Amino acid sequence: MLLVYDGTFEGYLSVVFEVYKRKLEPTEITAKEHFQHTMFTSKEEITTDFDHAERVWKGLQQKLKPELNQIPYSAWLSGEKGIEMALLEYIRQAFILPLSVEGNFGDANILTVRKAARRVMREAMRVLQFVRFQCTLDGIYFSAISPEYDVLPLTIKQLQNRFADQNWVVYDLKRDYGFYYNKKTSEEITLADKTFSRSTGAMPANLLQEEEGFYQQAWIGYCKSTTIRERLNPKLQRQHMPKRFWKYLTEKKR
Amino acid sequence: MNDIVQKKLNILADAAKYDVSCASSGNNRANTQGGIGNAVNCGICHSFTEDGRCISLLKVLMTNNCIYDCAYCINRRTNDRPRATLTVEELVDLTIGFYRRNYIEGLFLSSGVIKSPDYTMERMMLVAKKLRIEERYNGYIHMKAIPGASSDLIHQAGIWVDRLSVNIEIPSNPELKRLAPEKNYVDIYRPMNFIKENIIAQKEERKHLRHAPTFAPAGQSTQLIVGATPESDRQILSLASDLYQGQRLKRVYYSGYLPVNEYDQRLPAIKTPPLVRENRLYQSDWLMRFYKFKANEIVSDEHPFLDLEIDPKLAWALRNLHQFPINVNKAPYEMILRVPGIGVQSAQRIIEARKFRTLNTQHLTKIGVVMKRAKYFIVNNELPASVFDLPSETLRKQIILGDKPKPKSQPDTQLKLFSFGDNVKPLRLTTNLAMLD
Repeated sequence: MLLVYDGTFEGYLSVVFEVYKRKLEPTEITAKEHFQHTMFTSKEEITTDFDHAERVWKGLQQKLKPELNQIPYSAWLSGEKGIEMALLEYIRQAFILPLSVEGNFGDANILTVRKAARRVMREAMRVLQFVRFQCTLDGIYFSAISPEYDVLPLTIKQLQNRFADQNWVVYDLKRDYGFYYNKKTSEEITLADKTFSRSTGAMPANLLQEEEGFYQQAWIGYCKSTTIRERLNPKLQRQHMPKRFWKYLTEKKR
Repeated sequence: MNDIVQKKLNILADAAKYDVSCASSGNNRANTQGGIGNAVNCGICHSFTEDGRCISLLKVLMTNNCIYDCAYCINRRTNDRPRATLTVEELVDLTIGFYRRNYIEGLFLSSGVIKSPDYTMERMMLVAKKLRIEERYNGYIHMKAIPGASSDLIHQAGIWVDRLSVNIEIPSNPELKRLAPEKNYVDIYRPMNFIKENIIAQKEERKHLRHAPTFAPAGQSTQLIVGATPESDRQILSLASDLYQGQRLKRVYYSGYLPVNEYDQRLPAIKTPPLVRENRLYQSDWLMRFYKFKANEIVSDEHPFLDLEIDPKLAWALRNLHQFPINVNKAPYEMILRVPGIGVQSAQRIIEARKFRTLNTQHLTKIGVVMKRAKYFIVNNELPASVFDLPSETLRKQIILGDKPKPKSQPDTQLKLFSFGDNVKPLRLTTNLAMLD
């Protein structure tokens, strides 16, 4: 049996709810957009129910270690093929096992979920590392990046704590949405009128504050001066700072 | 802000680059209401230079003028180099400007000594104070304590910064005196002890008074230059071990000596920095900090230098083959940590996972154990026992051979559709067509 949901995390949790309620044995769970018709399996679409989703999430949270309780969400964000079924097994084991499910590394499904979650958390970390703000004329610090996974929501809290006293935008170029922070709260936005480069997120100089140029140049100069020429190791540089991020980095602009 | 500041920054960043410390970790500092910045325990690297080192902090000297003449230092007063000094305001503006753009995690401020240690220390302290009070900045600050500065000034600095450190640079006192006649170990250890005592005292006070100020909450670190002087790895590692235990240091950094002052006859003439040795020292340092090794297990009187060909953990295992093989399903965590090919993460995973089931080779591989290494040192229920009879020297050769990358041009066993061997005559398409007629 194939279960289809709307592609949101709440939708997925609603599927989990149905599986438990009706004792279903799905062979595959897939988001609507990735669904492909098959000839021999029966298919059912599960409608998203926020109450159901919340019940599953709350129940699950009681079974997970507090410091690892975001793993199911992070793993789901990876959007990997088959992650939904692995995650269902993770949830099942969380509810029935006397030991904490997180440690069951010998189980292929649990390992899949933990590895996927790890990749996603690492990508979120990379956003925090490599996002670069440019100060625009209206005093908004703007940045754009395109992470491999949809991880902006995982970074907002940290960015808010850190850049609490400035207006800022982080924008996901790949998924065409972002967050705007107004010194109090942040909200999701989609910019219809793109005044910045769609590939690098760079704002044209005439929209930037005068001192922005100074700081960019100073930063580029700093990165050059702090390099030790006798120890060049570009491979190590790429390993820590994957090339796919370079076009968003001020110091790597030509 | 202008070109002059930019030039000064370039000079002073270039002058500071030989300090390898970069960590922005070890402290969680929350942002305050209406303030900017915070520090996270894990630290964040924001960029990487072409030499592969991370840029986490704006690492810069306040000035590269210096009254000292240390042989190993590029900024010694007898060197003819461009000199510059950044004012307190300029340093504060650069830090905040960079921080707001997410270029950096904080400031690393060191300095040459101008006029007197006290004069220098006071100006450095003012930078931190201004950042914290006027700019309400809560990001990371790492500051060098200037040897010889008054304890009062060092104490004041400690209140504003996350990490305070004093560089030892030369790993033994006689060598230090030879290369830097104006310095001695007493001057270095005095501020180091003072910082240690203050950190402990302040931690104690904060247990009773929650809002008492912190004092260098991310601890202190130091740096040792490797290869400029003839100390053995044994001397260096036992010094590091003493620093971790006695001085409660958070980090010791090792800096492979770069010939910055080639003309100075007191220094060895080398072309390239001893990068492999530096790497082996870091590996040993990791063994001491995360793998519960003692310095005398890594190097000893019989082996005063680290093996450059193999890593120190493998070297230890080969010297102690009688302790292996161990059973991954039963051995304690401390012993699993000591298996070459198993890191901290894999070891923790093994401990967790074996509560659920007996682990076989496939499980171990998936967990992340490097089996081509570990297979010589572990047993579970299925591995053949014969490999454990190998003598240490043979095993060593076998492992080194196994680590070498395979030659790229492997003979192709799959027959290709459109290529012909030397002795196979290609069919002529034209003749075939002709035959069809």
